[in-house]
Amino acid sequence: MTANVSPQDDVLLSVENIHKSFLGFKALDGVDFDIRAGEIHALLGENGAGKSTLIKVLTGVHQPDSGVIRFEGREIGVRDTLQAQHLGIGTVYQEVNLLPNLSVAENLFIGRQPKRFGFVDRREMERRARALLAQYGMDIDVSADLAQYSVAVQQLIAIARAVDLSGKVLILDEPTASLDRNETEMLFAVMRQLKERGMGIVFITHFLDQVYAVSDRVTILRNGKLAGTALTKELSKIDLVSKMLGRTLAEVTHTTHRTAPPASARRISFRGYGLSRSIAPFDLDISEGEVVGVAGLLGSGRTETARLLFGIDVPDSGKATVDGKEIRLSSPREAVAAGFGLCPEDRKTDGIVGDLSVRENIALALQARRGWLRRLSSREQSELADRFIKALDIRTSDMEKPVKFLSGGNQQKVILARWLATNPRFLILDEPTRGIDVGAHAEIITLINRLCDDGMALLVISSEIEEIVAYSSRVRVLRDRVHTAELTGKDINAATIMRTIAADTPLGDEPMEAKQ
Amino acid sequence: MNTRLLPFYATLLICVLLYAACVIQFPNMLSTRVLGNLLTDNAFLGIAAVGMTLVIISGGIDLSVGSVIAFTGVLIAVLVSHHGMHPLAAFAIALTFAAVFGAAMGAIIHYLNVPAFIVTLAGMFLARGLCFVLTTQSIPINHPFYTALQGLYWRLPGGGRLTFIGGLMLAVFAAGIIIAHFTKFGSYVYAIGGNRTSAELMGVPVARTTIGIYALSGFLSGLAGIVFSLYTSAGYSLSAVGVELDTIAAVVIGGTLLTGGVGYVAGTFFGVLIQGIIQTYIVFDGTLSSWWTKIVVGILLFAFIALQRVLVFVSERRISGRTIARSTG
Ligand SMILES: Nc1ncnc2c1ncn2[C@@H]1O[C@H](COP(=O)(O)OP(=O)(O)OP(=O)(O)O)[C@@H](O)[C@H]1O
Ligand SMILES: [Mg+2]
Repeated sequence: MTANVSPQDDVLLSVENIHKSFLGFKALDGVDFDIRAGEIHALLGENGAGKSTLIKVLTGVHQPDSGVIRFEGREIGVRDTLQAQHLGIGTVYQEVNLLPNLSVAENLFIGRQPKRFGFVDRREMERRARALLAQYGMDIDVSADLAQYSVAVQQLIAIARAVDLSGKVLILDEPTASLDRNETEMLFAVMRQLKERGMGIVFITHFLDQVYAVSDRVTILRNGKLAGTALTKELSKIDLVSKMLGRTLAEVTHTTHRTAPPASARRISFRGYGLSRSIAPFDLDISEGEVVGVAGLLGSGRTETARLLFGIDVPDSGKATVDGKEIRLSSPREAVAAGFGLCPEDRKTDGIVGDLSVRENIALALQARRGWLRRLSSREQSELADRFIKALDIRTSDMEKPVKFLSGGNQQKVILARWLATNPRFLILDEPTRGIDVGAHAEIITLINRLCDDGMALLVISSEIEEIVAYSSRVRVLRDRVHTAELTGKDINAATIMRTIAADTPLGDEPMEAKQ
Repeated sequence: MNTRLLPFYATLLICVLLYAACVIQFPNMLSTRVLGNLLTDNAFLGIAAVGMTLVIISGGIDLSVGSVIAFTGVLIAVLVSHHGMHPLAAFAIALTFAAVFGAAMGAIIHYLNVPAFIVTLAGMFLARGLCFVLTTQSIPINHPFYTALQGLYWRLPGGGRLTFIGGLMLAVFAAGIIIAHFTKFGSYVYAIGGNRTSAELMGVPVARTTIGIYALSGFLSGLAGIVFSLYTSAGYSLSAVGVELDTIAAVVIGGTLLTGGVGYVAGTFFGVLIQGIIQTYIVFDGTLSSWWTKIVVGILLFAFIALQRVLVFVSERRISGRTIARSTG
């Protein structure tokens, strides 16, 4: 299956028969890939398929074991990222890859600061930074430390930097994972513009809709091998998914709206719970055996709700009860003691202990809950890890591998496993499927349904409406830091949820969310 | 206000208060004479501390500073007094040696991926050992050029003297500030201290910069060695023991985080001055043991590290408490 969109001499960057192994593990196994001028090329594959590794080989982070890299027809070796930049290749890597301790302007221009009399001209640098960000509708203090801004803003800054660097090729590894709908649209507009100017763009994502929205061609990797390249418009979604997974995906059974939980189920109630400047007071009841979905735009107060319920932020009004008995939730410790669990949104920075093994990372929260005196034996840990590696399909060569060597999506699964392992009574999941491939996505939804059937109470925050519809017994809708509505029964469908979220909100001016 | 600057302001404030307190007790301390001496007496410490500041901002440490100071001092003394070399030639040789020595440590740290602590600890023993290979005695330096340099000073209003070495220290601090904030190299230093992996992905030349940082620290240690030999007119293998720890103290008191990525060269200047003021006070008092300097510096170190922890905690709280970050407009 090969596509011929444009003549071969339009090829900007290509690789042939690339091999790359890590300690005997074949991450890339004879991959061919090329990117042409004036196209957006989507690179797809399951978590751990080798997408990020291919990008890193292309940009000199990793050296290939064998294979040829060509740039504008010339065979080249890419020594390091700096050389890639000089060639005109700008990259946003999957990991957060800016420097929190430098100013926004320095992050944008490090290595190519404007000079005056041989010294860095900070005024000029900041002026250019402001001009650059203005193109993305951002008007922020560029002399402030990057750490002051939310993850979404940082992501936009990283993209602005890469676009500015890339004369010829722009590579974006899951750039939309922490962007909301408007920001994603804006990014797409920029990408289309650059494409018009004849740039080649590589775009990695797990959102298939986005693939169809912007890309011209698709290349699919599976287990480090090339599974095919095709024109996007000639490839149906079903074919795409089956190429990615190597099997067809069972359609997720939607609308399992449950009946009321049994009367014996324990009930967790929050009354008038709120924190000024963070989230307006709200009431929330949730019983064991129920999934409450939380929908709302980025910045509508979803993450703030989760932080409050888990005791990370302490409410200044309201009380929490379990079965009518009042409980104190003024720290995550107390929340864990009450049988609560939280899988945070910002797993990239919040959750991973990179140097510990997959097994240790999974056992971490359970161990903390049991107290350090009652140690989990290493056999117990192994059993636990084994169970979750299978349940969540975590792709790792073995459970002793340090987590930092797993692919981005698989790291997220490890964190999810960590919280599931504590078997909480009430589990809060903040964006559990972000950065996770379509196959595993379906599995996680199945898992949420199963946990609920087993009698767990779950609160699941998600930006993906279809997903919320698939597992929620009730849906909370948030807007501007207020819990505005609760949908039940027949109202749980994509159209109604969308309408409730958008009510009165002119698109495009919702506040950004503050995340450290 | 930027919380990163708070430790720096705290240092500045403590420095001024300390000086004011001294002046209240000993009005004589309020003179350009005392200030001039303060600069002269701490010149070698200050020069070495500039290098150390950049090293620590990059997330590293350089324990070889004291030994390199001693070695350059001994080397110069041997070359000038035993071999009759002109001091300027000896300076050039000593500086080249110190810079190459630092660069080598930087290369080992980067390419062999060994912690800076270990590599520079080895460097410390090595340089100190080399001193004893050259000589075990204190070698006096008597050379007209030395006498000329030692006699060189600018008169300050009020009868004080800014000596050559005091002025040199001020110049080195000025250069350090410019390097840190107005050169690409400086931004690379902060970048590596912030997050090495990210810096590498952003195209920061990590290898070149790491080697450069340690070469610069070595070079400045060498320069501090020259200043020290001008100050003492001798080279002695056992001199400047533990100076690296004094410089680290000055750097930390000056508001630089030991974890790297955050710090100010100017802060280090006041960190050095604080140590100098305490010493001067002890001299004026006449009854106190000079070990009080160490005790006060120790207490200050604790206080500053505690202050930094509090600030980090407060700013984390503030960011998580703040609900609406600047909007994207
Ligand atoms: N530095 C490394 N050391 C060891 N193994 C690695 C390293 N980098 C990647 N791998 C392995 O190579 C495989 C491919 O990883 P890669 O990050 O390319 O996946 P990906 O397709 O980007 O997945 P995701 O969608 O989850 O980001 C994974 O199994 C990962 O564990
Ligand atoms: Mg990846």
